[in-house]
Amino acid sequence: MTLAFAVDVGLALLVLAVAGWSLAVRDAFAAVISFVAYGLLLALVWVRLAAPDVALTEAAVGSGLTGLLLLSASARLRHAETSAAPPGPALQWAAGALCILVTAGLAALVLLLPEPAPTLAPAAVAHLPATGLGNPVTGVLMVYRAIDTFLEGVVLLPALLGVWSLASDSDWGGAPILRHPRPDGALTLIAQALPPFGIIVGVYLCWNSADHPGGAFQGGAVLAAMWVLILLAGLADAPPIRRRGLRVLLVAGAAVLLAVGLAGVELAGAFLAYPEHYSKPLILAIEMALVLSIAVALALLVAGPPVRTPS
Amino acid sequence: MSFVLDLFTMGAVSAGAFFFLAGTLGLLRFPDPLTRLHALTKADNLGLGLIVVGLLPQVAWPFGAFKLIAVWLMGLFAATTVSQLMARAARDGGPSP
Repeated sequence: MTLAFAVDVGLALLVLAVAGWSLAVRDAFAAVISFVAYGLLLALVWVRLAAPDVALTEAAVGSGLTGLLLLSASARLRHAETSAAPPGPALQWAAGALCILVTAGLAALVLLLPEPAPTLAPAAVAHLPATGLGNPVTGVLMVYRAIDTFLEGVVLLPALLGVWSLASDSDWGGAPILRHPRPDGALTLIAQALPPFGIIVGVYLCWNSADHPGGAFQGGAVLAAMWVLILLAGLADAPPIRRRGLRVLLVAGAAVLLAVGLAGVELAGAFLAYPEHYSKPLILAIEMALVLSIAVALALLVAGPPVRTPS
Repeated sequence: MSFVLDLFTMGAVSAGAFFFLAGTLGLLRFPDPLTRLHALTKADNLGLGLIVVGLLPQVAWPFGAFKLIAVWLMGLFAATTVSQLMARAARDGGPSP
């Protein structure tokens, strides 16, 4: 018990130290690296808090893919970074004051939580058997709060549109290029050998999420990482963004969820309600469509705006 | 028998932790990227390997053991690739650390 407590305290101090380092360091590249390390440590914290679903999401999306996005952004901004003037003291003081205000507000909220903290967890677990699911997190995401999951699936699309809209007019509809400047033997080898395993892991995370930790976002992030690896090694080119199949894949998850939700109005009496006894197969079908859409959207977010004129 | 296995676990995991410590020390103290990579990959190979070997008697046979070995192999594979890429970047005069 005391050993576990010591590990937890050490982990918390480490997280704080890495967070402080990522704020204090002046170089954007170093800041991104420490942000990735921070995300991985945070995933360990979620494991210690017995929340493996959140830990998987943090590791795959929060640390992995967000880190990759920030890394490519810092590479693009490398030239602008040195020329940008540092913000004046007034702006720095204002930012510091706002940060302190937010932190103090959050701390006050946590400290003022009623004892015992209000929770819907017992009610959520009590009705879980009716959904046919074994993992309460999936139950919340796909049954009780399916509207949130729907919006999460949808919100990736405007984000992707935002990235695509940075393309120049002549490149619109063309393909993004995401390639290591000098792809060589080691990168080619891992891009050839790892994807079979990664695809199995990604599909497993999604397929198994009914009863075990995992879900469409975690699985989608792993699948996206495999595609990004193949693109980086130059083994395949990113598809032109005007390709119809690609766009169908992008909207498939949200479209299936919307279709099931609308059918629920007719069959079960409410939007996003599942007909009795069919909830589990429907949820699996939604998750399978979602995982594909999320994987494609996340990989294309990393790939960036199209830069190759459509032929 | 279980006492012997526990002793084996303690020895191997401690040895693994020692290699991680030594690798971290090298990472902090060595003068240039290539020697630092050398220290880091030693920690990855031997440290992680010894910890996995040490934990093998403590997990359910066979699937727990297979999972641990798979984690080790994946870690080795990723570390090897990354160290190759970093070494080439350092050789070709990439961003100085």
